[in-house]
Amino acid sequence: MTIKRVGILGAGKVGIVLAGLALDAGYEVRISGSGTVKKIDLIIKTLVPGAIASENRDVVENSDIILLAIPLSRYKNIDPQLLKGKLVIDAMNYWWETDGIREEVLEPDSTSSEQVQAYFKDTTIVKAFNHMGYHNLQEDARPKGNPKRKALFVTGDDHKAVDEVAHFVDTMGFDQVVHYNLADGIMTEPGSPLFGASLKYDELKHIIDHFNETEFGKQVAASQK
Amino acid sequence: MVDVNKLEFGIETFGDIVANEDGSLKSAAESIRQIIHEGEIADKYGINVIGVGEHHRPDYSVSSPETVLAAIASVTKQIKLATAVTVLSSDDPVRVYERFATLDGLSNGRAQVMLGRGSFTESFPLFGYDLTDYDDLFNEKLSLYDMLRTEKAVTWSGKFRPSLKNQEVYPKTENGELETYIGIGGSPESIIRAVRFGYKVIIAIIGGQADRFKPYIDLYHKAAKQLNMPEYPIAVHSHGFIADNEDEALEVAFKNIKANFDRIGLTRGWAPMSREQFDHETQVGSFYVGTPEVVANRIARTIDLLDLGRFDLVYGAGNQTAAQRERMIELYATKVIPRVKEILKAKEAAK
Repeated sequence: MTIKRVGILGAGKVGIVLAGLALDAGYEVRISGSGTVKKIDLIIKTLVPGAIASENRDVVENSDIILLAIPLSRYKNIDPQLLKGKLVIDAMNYWWETDGIREEVLEPDSTSSEQVQAYFKDTTIVKAFNHMGYHNLQEDARPKGNPKRKALFVTGDDHKAVDEVAHFVDTMGFDQVVHYNLADGIMTEPGSPLFGASLKYDELKHIIDHFNETEFGKQVAASQK
Repeated sequence: MVDVNKLEFGIETFGDIVANEDGSLKSAAESIRQIIHEGEIADKYGINVIGVGEHHRPDYSVSSPETVLAAIASVTKQIKLATAVTVLSSDDPVRVYERFATLDGLSNGRAQVMLGRGSFTESFPLFGYDLTDYDDLFNEKLSLYDMLRTEKAVTWSGKFRPSLKNQEVYPKTENGELETYIGIGGSPESIIRAVRFGYKVIIAIIGGQADRFKPYIDLYHKAAKQLNMPEYPIAVHSHGFIADNEDEALEVAFKNIKANFDRIGLTRGWAPMSREQFDHETQVGSFYVGTPEVVANRIARTIDLLDLGRFDLVYGAGNQTAAQRERMIELYATKVIPRVKEILKAKEAAK
């Protein structure tokens, strides 16, 4: 599939940054907030001129790839039918400021993206754009081959979908470290040394390859026993 | 266009615990008394505003900023007394009004309310609020505060607080209105909200380049025009450290700002600050660190770029000594601020 049109659900800090990157990469961009177009129209026109402010349904129907950039605690506000058959990037994380108490948002024994995938059961979920802070995403995007280029972790269960998303990440300005296991998203959840870090490919790959040796990796391994 | 003659400069502290020269830590009580002394120094050198944060954690000494500001009021003449910020979401707007109106009376009209949603969680369980109501709490309480600010009898009802029926709240202020800012962290919705209430805006830029906020400031002005609301020059708050020697400034700042950010990061799950990150922040990002000349140039650039009316430097992050904190305030007031004005005037003349 050739991706030409990018849809972003969520017009907050992360959604706006992703919309800007997608515009810079030459995509047609649609973005929606939690309410009406009127509510976000001025925000979109001013912050990411060129992106089309719209509502969820229109964004989903007219996009080749969808980015979920809403607070994690609110993904169940979206009807799973709406995203049926779509390729969706989960850019969400648990974040106390918008999500409240973790136990009220997430089951303790699985990762956030697995729970998102279980809810959107007829959708192909790939996790990406979640571990780098939004201002680094905005400032650190670089063309391929640039020595300052940073890398993002891309992971999901569907091999083909992961490869498509990896290519998409490349066009958005980042190298990619790729895994084919959605549950590996835990490696970038809050508490991980990758959460909030902006790293080059080699540095990111090194931590991912040696994840079990990190403090967080040890904690995760211990909790799985 | 920046009006250099009307520019305001502030300092803000979160009440970090002060260190002794031998590296041991002072008590919270000693740290609080140190802030009063710093308020005095800032006032003596003509800094426009001092802001004191509200936190409910062991690493910060101030949970009740208006009390600290009241003490500063009693030993100062000119300086405005602000909170940075008052966590309105977990407070009672009636009490907020009363405390500030009292402070305003004590200080001959120098109280300045800065309201925010807060960037820490501790106050929510402490005062019996649910974090999942984070946004609703702020919206509702802001609407009540806005009515109280008119200083007329209030009739109000909401979800999180008992109703008020034709209720007067005292004391009334001499100016008839408390000066009020909304502190925001850069969510576009927060900008629109501040415009809707017609309040002044202070943006916390705590990471990344100031440049990325330019569209947000355009958004503020456009929204104000569209909604026919008052427009004020924007204020910005960022972290910094100033010393006579560049290397000393960088080392003290790295050690302390890193310790501060990492400690907070621990509870939120973000990775520790790397030296590369820190260097990036001090070179082109939002940490204003170095000699007075370096810091002045960077502040002047930000003020010019974002067309600001006010710049507040957050001081004392981590565990700095009283001497480091006091010297920084002195350098900020006597070297940095005049130099920033000089640079901006030269820029204006060249235009």
